Amino acid sequence: MINNVSKLRVTDGRVNKDIQSCAIFGVMDRSGRRFGGKMIIEAMKNMKVRGNGLGGGFAVYGIYPEYKDCYAIHVMFEKEEVKQKVDGFLNKYFDVVDDEEIPTKEDVNLDPPMFWRYFVKPQKKGKDKILSDDDYVVDKVMKINTGIDYAYVFSSGKDMGVFKGVGFPEEIAELFMLEELYKGYIWTAHSRFPTNTPGWWGGAHPFCILDWTVVHNGEISSYGTNRRFLEMYGYYCTLFTDTEVIAYAVDLLMRKQKLPIEVVAKIFAPPMWDQIDRMEEKKKKFYTTLRMVYAPLLINGPFTIIIAHHGEMIGLTDRIRLRPITAGEKGDLLFVSSEEAAIRAVCKPDKVWTPKGGEPVIGRLKKR
Amino acid sequence: MKSHLLPEFIVERDEERCDNCKVCIKQCPFDVHYYDEEREKVMSKSELCVGCQRCVVYCPRNALRIVPYKAYRPNDYWHEDYIRDIKKQAESGGIILTSCGSSRRAKVYWDHILLNASQVTNPSIDPLREPMELRTFLGRKPDYLEIEFSEDDVEIKTELYPNLMIETPILFAGMSYGAISYNAFKSLAIAAKKFGTLFNTGEGGMPKDMREEFKDCAIVQCASGRFGVDPEYFNYSAAIEIKIGQGAKPGIGGHLPGEKVTATISSTRMIPEGTDAISPAPHHDIYSIEDLSMLIYALKEVTNYEKPICVKIAAVHNVAAIASGMVRAGADIIAIDGFRGGTGATPKIMREHVGIPVELALASVDQRLREEGIRNKCSIIVGGGIRCAADVVKAIALGADAVYIGTAALIALGCTMCQRCHTGKCAWGICTQDPNLSKRLNPKVGAERAYNLLRAWSLEIKDVLGGMGINAIESLRGNRDHLRGIGLEEWELKVLGIKGAGE
Repeated sequence: MINNVSKLRVTDGRVNKDIQSCAIFGVMDRSGRRFGGKMIIEAMKNMKVRGNGLGGGFAVYGIYPEYKDCYAIHVMFEKEEVKQKVDGFLNKYFDVVDDEEIPTKEDVNLDPPMFWRYFVKPQKKGKDKILSDDDYVVDKVMKINTGIDYAYVFSSGKDMGVFKGVGFPEEIAELFMLEELYKGYIWTAHSRFPTNTPGWWGGAHPFCILDWTVVHNGEISSYGTNRRFLEMYGYYCTLFTDTEVIAYAVDLLMRKQKLPIEVVAKIFAPPMWDQIDRMEEKKKKFYTTLRMVYAPLLINGPFTIIIAHHGEMIGLTDRIRLRPITAGEKGDLLFVSSEEAAIRAVCKPDKVWTPKGGEPVIGRLKKR
Repeated sequence: MKSHLLPEFIVERDEERCDNCKVCIKQCPFDVHYYDEEREKVMSKSELCVGCQRCVVYCPRNALRIVPYKAYRPNDYWHEDYIRDIKKQAESGGIILTSCGSSRRAKVYWDHILLNASQVTNPSIDPLREPMELRTFLGRKPDYLEIEFSEDDVEIKTELYPNLMIETPILFAGMSYGAISYNAFKSLAIAAKKFGTLFNTGEGGMPKDMREEFKDCAIVQCASGRFGVDPEYFNYSAAIEIKIGQGAKPGIGGHLPGEKVTATISSTRMIPEGTDAISPAPHHDIYSIEDLSMLIYALKEVTNYEKPICVKIAAVHNVAAIASGMVRAGADIIAIDGFRGGTGATPKIMREHVGIPVELALASVDQRLREEGIRNKCSIIVGGGIRCAADVVKAIALGADAVYIGTAALIALGCTMCQRCHTGKCAWGICTQDPNLSKRLNPKVGAERAYNLLRAWSLEIKDVLGGMGINAIESLRGNRDHLRGIGLEEWELKVLGIKGAGE
C-alpha cells in the first residue's frame, strides 16, 4: 500500500474521514525522572483487544538531551528516493546539526518504510524572519507534508519524538527498540482499530506538531465544524482523522492563543447550558462567553484524548463521557488510560479514579 | 369586454347537509357565497373564489368543498398558469400582482439533501434522556479571547461585541405591521418572547404600545421607506436590521396602498393617514458598499454600539461577494432571503424569476466567508421557504447560524397560501387591515399556535441531532459532512460542498 494516501482523500474540500476506535495510555513522572518504555509497552499489551494491529505508536519526551536546543524532525519515507528532496529542503531552510537513520530492528515482520531523524536549527531568511521559531517550523513541516509526495514528518519537537506505524503497539515498540534505546519522562501510546482505512504508517497516532502530541480514542461528530473553523486559521487537515483536528485545535488554543488546559478543556467539553445557567453571575458570564466565542471548537461526540508537551500531560474525555478514561497515581507517576486494568497491570497504584466528562486530568512537572 | 377568465376553484356544496345558516356568507371576504332570496337558499359564485378554505373550516355542517379547477387541456409547456395570466393581461394591460413566495416548479435543493445518523463507531444520543442544546448566539465574535488569570480568578479581557441569545435557531422573519394585521404581528411577538427567540418588525415600525413589552425580542427593521424610524424605535429593540432586499422581489421596493394606512398604522409608520406608503427600490442613501457602511455605523452610534446590526439581502447571483462586502462594511449579522421567500404583494414576474435558491446562496456565502477568514465576524440567518424542521437542520449544516421563518409562521396562524395577501381581504385575519377580518385572529390563540410550531420544530431538531451523535447545535453548524446529495449534478454538489449519497 505504498502510495500517497493523504492526497487521495480530498475532493474539492469534501473529505473522506477515518473512522476508528482505540486504546490509549499515558504515563508521566512529575519529578522529571526519565524511565524506559517497558511499563507503557506492557500496559498497551494488556489492552490488546482494543486495537486490531492496524496502527500503534508512541510519543516520548526527554529522549534527546544531547540535542536539547534542536528541533528533532522524524521523517518517514515511503519511497527512498524522496529523501534527497527532503534533505535538500531541510538544508535550505535549516541548519542541520546532525541526522541519522532511526535505528530499527531488522527481523521484525512489519514491512516498514524508511525513517530518518534530523536535528535542526531554523535558518530564517527574507519574509520568514518575522516568524517565531515555532511558527517557522510549523510552516516548513506543513510544506513537507503537503508538498513532498511520499515523505511525511512524524514529529518536530525538541528533545522528543514520535515512533509509530502499522502494527500492534508492542510490535512498533520492538521495531524501534523503544525499550532498549530510549528514556523519557512522559510516554504516551496508542493502539488503533480503524474500520475503513487501509493501514498507512502516517495514519497511526500520536499526531504531533512541534512538541505537542495527541493520542485519541473516538470519532467526533463535530469533525466538519471543527475542521472548517480551523481552516480559517490556516490549518489544513491533510490526514482527515479526528485526531488531526484535535491536534490543530490544541496548537491554536494552547500554543498560539496561550490558553491553559483548564480553559481549553472547557472549550472542547463545555458544561451544559442548564449547568451554566445555575452558576453564580461571574462564572456564568465566563462560561457563556467561552461557549459563544469558541462554539466551533466544541468537540462533540465520543472522545478521550491524551495531550502532551514538554512539562505537561493531560487526559480529557468528552462532556457526556462516551469514551472511557481512568486516571491513576503512584508517587510521582501519573497515569491516564482507557482501562483501569492496564494501570494495575504495570504497577500497584496509590490511587485510581474515573474523571468526570469534561474534567481534565493534568500532570505538570514539579518545580525543582 | 367579455371576460374570458375561468374560475380557479369550484365550490361544491352538499345540498343535503347545507341548512342555509349563512356562516359561509359571513366568513367569505371575497363575496363568493350569497343568499338567493328567490330560491331561498345559499348559493356560490365559484369565479370569485380564491381557495382560502375559510368557509370549509367554519361551515358548521361540513357541507362545503373547494376544489381546484383545471380547465384547459393539460399541457406541460403551455401550463395553465401561463394561459390564465395571458388572458388576464389581455384584459387588463397591466402587471400581474401576486403575493406569498414563488410557486414555480424549480429544483428544491432541500429535497435533494439527506441527513446522517450514527451507527456503531459513534453512538447516537438519546434526546429524551440527555440534554440537547439549541441555544444560539447571533452577532460578531472576536478572533480569540484574551483571558487574565490571577489568584483563583479568571477574567476575560477581550471586549465583546453585542450578541443575541436565542433558545432555538429559528426566528420570525420581517413582516411589517401594515402588511400583516396588528393581531398577527402581536401573535408572533408574544410567541417569540415566550420561547426565547426573536421576531422582526419588518419595515412598518413598532406600535408604541408594544415597545416596552417586546423590546428584548424584537429585531427592528430599517428599510428604504424609513417608516416609523426614530432613535426610540432603534433603542427599543434587540437588534436592528437594514433591509436591502427581499427574496420574493429582489431589486424592487414596496407599496402599501393608502386604504390600508389606518390611524394606528399612520402613527406607527409616521405618515399621514390614508397616504400610500412607498418603499423605494434602493435606499436612496445607499448606492454603494461604503454608503451601507455609513448607515451601519450611524445605527451603531444611535444605539451606543449595544446592538448587533443585521443586513438583509435577497439571494442573487453574486451573493457571496456581496455578503463578504457587507461583513467588511460592519454588518454583525447577514440575512439572506431566498427566491422562495414570501411577500404581501409583488409583481409575479419578480417572484417567479428573480433570485436564486437560498440553499445554494447559503453554501457559497458560508464558504466564501471562511475562505476570507471572516466567517466568525458575522452570523448568517437564512430565510425564504423554510418549510419544516429538516430544512432548518440542513440550513444549519450548510453553514447558517439560524433561520428566519415567515410563511411557515403565518401558516401556523391560519394562512392557507391562497396568494391573495395583496387584496387586503385575508379571510384569516392575517394579511388585512379590515378590523372585521383582523379580529378573526385572536393574538393569544395565534401566539399559542406559533409557539407550538417553534416547540415542535425544536423537538424534531433535537431528535435529528441526537441521531447524528451531536448534543449541541454549534457542532452541526457548517458541518457538511453530515449531508449527502441525491439526484444532484457534480456542479451542484460542489456549490453545496457536499458529497453524493453513498460516497
